[in-house]
Amino acid sequence: MKRSFIERSLSSLLATSHYAATAEELALTTGALQKVDPRVKVGGLFGLVFVVAASRELRAIGAIFLIAVAVALLSQVRLTRLAGWVWAPVLFFTGTIALPAVFLTPGHSVAMWGPIAVTQQGLRSAAFLISRAETAATLSALLVLTTPWPWVLKSLRTFRCPVVLVAILGMTYRYIFVILQTAFDMLESRKSRTVGVFAPAERRRLAASAVGVLLSKSLQLSHDVHLAMQSRGFRGEVHVMQDFRSKVSDWYWLAGFLSLAAAGMWWGR
Amino acid sequence: MHIPDGYLSPATCAALYAGSAPFWYTALRRLKRALNTRMVPLLSVFAAFSFIIMMFNLPLPGGTTGHAVGVGIASIVLGPWASILAISIALVIQAIFFGDGGITAIGANCFNMAIVGSLTAYLVYRAIAGRSAITSSRRVVAAALAGYIAINASALFAAIEFGLQPLLYHDASGAPLYAPYPLHIAIPAMMIGHLTIAGLAEMVVSAGVVAYLQRAEPSLLRSTAPGAATGECEAEIGWSATKPLWLALAILMVLTPLGILAAGTAWGEWSPSDFSNPASRTQIAAASGSLLPPAHAPAGLQHLASFWTAPMPRYAPSFLKSATFGYMLSAVSGTGLILLVILLAGWITNRRPG
Repeated sequence: MKRSFIERSLSSLLATSHYAATAEELALTTGALQKVDPRVKVGGLFGLVFVVAASRELRAIGAIFLIAVAVALLSQVRLTRLAGWVWAPVLFFTGTIALPAVFLTPGHSVAMWGPIAVTQQGLRSAAFLISRAETAATLSALLVLTTPWPWVLKSLRTFRCPVVLVAILGMTYRYIFVILQTAFDMLESRKSRTVGVFAPAERRRLAASAVGVLLSKSLQLSHDVHLAMQSRGFRGEVHVMQDFRSKVSDWYWLAGFLSLAAAGMWWGR
Repeated sequence: MHIPDGYLSPATCAALYAGSAPFWYTALRRLKRALNTRMVPLLSVFAAFSFIIMMFNLPLPGGTTGHAVGVGIASIVLGPWASILAISIALVIQAIFFGDGGITAIGANCFNMAIVGSLTAYLVYRAIAGRSAITSSRRVVAAALAGYIAINASALFAAIEFGLQPLLYHDASGAPLYAPYPLHIAIPAMMIGHLTIAGLAEMVVSAGVVAYLQRAEPSLLRSTAPGAATGECEAEIGWSATKPLWLALAILMVLTPLGILAAGTAWGEWSPSDFSNPASRTQIAAASGSLLPPAHAPAGLQHLASFWTAPMPRYAPSFLKSATFGYMLSAVSGTGLILLVILLAGWITNRRPG
């Protein structure tokens, strides 16, 4: 049976909520990456994403992907979870975009599919696109699945990210779940009061009104938050506590990330 | 439209980070000055709202559904600068935490959706809404077009970024290293989806929310509607409101003789005599890739050229010897005629029976 826009929106909101809850749960387990200083992880994994983007060698990208999979296993991130959350959606999206390139890119023909030629250049180009997208998405997911979000934000200060931006990102993340809950309650209560099927124009009016109500609730929330901040002495200056302490093992991980990045850059130059 | 990692080269990503930086800086400074302590909670909550809106499944005409970015409504309620920052923050969290959009492509995604989208939406909304009343239906139309044009402008920028990749980055065998499609494929491929589904989603949410706010909370539409009439009637547009437009029009009319400085002829705008004039033939050949025009003017052109003779051919009235004055007089006459037609049309449409 075809689902209504309310059910589809509820399902999107639930999926987001589920992903965030599972990520937080995983980040608190005792896997290999979970024990590493967040600053090392942010620098190391983002650095590897850059190396993957810059690499001109498919084997270098493949090697980094395999290392990322090994690290995921050591960090108790199940491959089925990575496949469902990262690999399958990226493959579906990027694969759809990359597939026509196999035929449309001019070059040496390596096979025929009916009257259409598959070119070597097209295959190579599609392989670059898919391998880069999959590897970068796996590395990004590893960071989020092994590090609590507040720590990711705190470690951004090490990389000279403006303190006000770090504070806004932190608050935004928190209020995403407040507004998500509000949206969920609104849509669910609407669904429980709905009998029968709405006409298309009525459905659009309902959706727009829901967004409008959410907008005015959000602005009211920002006003309340502002008053609460002021009452606690907020005068526009933001301070972020930073109490990370590096262990010897963190230096080994840093050396490992740097070596891998350097090797990847050299191999993929 | 969230560009993942690997679609754009590191150099393109760096250029788009650099291109976004001045907008972020200006937006932050303006908001800090205007909002002071309100800036942090307002941006945080609105970014969270934008994030949630991107997950709403909107029913569209034709029975399909789509997701909106919310850039139209953000620009209309908050103004372009706050919208730039709120949408950028939502995109950063989407990229880092939810893997929607690449980390190396954060600059590109923010440039396309937050910066191009917000500025386009704001300019279109202000231009169309004018000084109409807050509750005017013209504002709903303005919001619809603002959302639709903004998301399509963002898509066009993304398509150009994709289309430039195979031109600039390929290996020795010619295989593209990043997005594989050239401009003539990337632009239509991106635009078809956005001119239809994504554009409609943004249009529905922008127009629908403005219509809702007009009924429920019109004060939220005030910040981007300076000078809007408070009642149901349209505001009168006086001399002071249109003065800059009249001045710009006068300056343009005075500058029209600059057209004389342009070398060569306008391609395709040839008269039959140009085909037999050696100087004109050289100019036509130079503008047509050294391809010489036919020795005689085509018969159809010859026949139709004598069908109508303009009162001021080639912007040079026969009674004036100075080409400069001829251009200016043509500009004044043309503008006057257009204004006359508009006034006449306005008079006909505003006539009330009885």
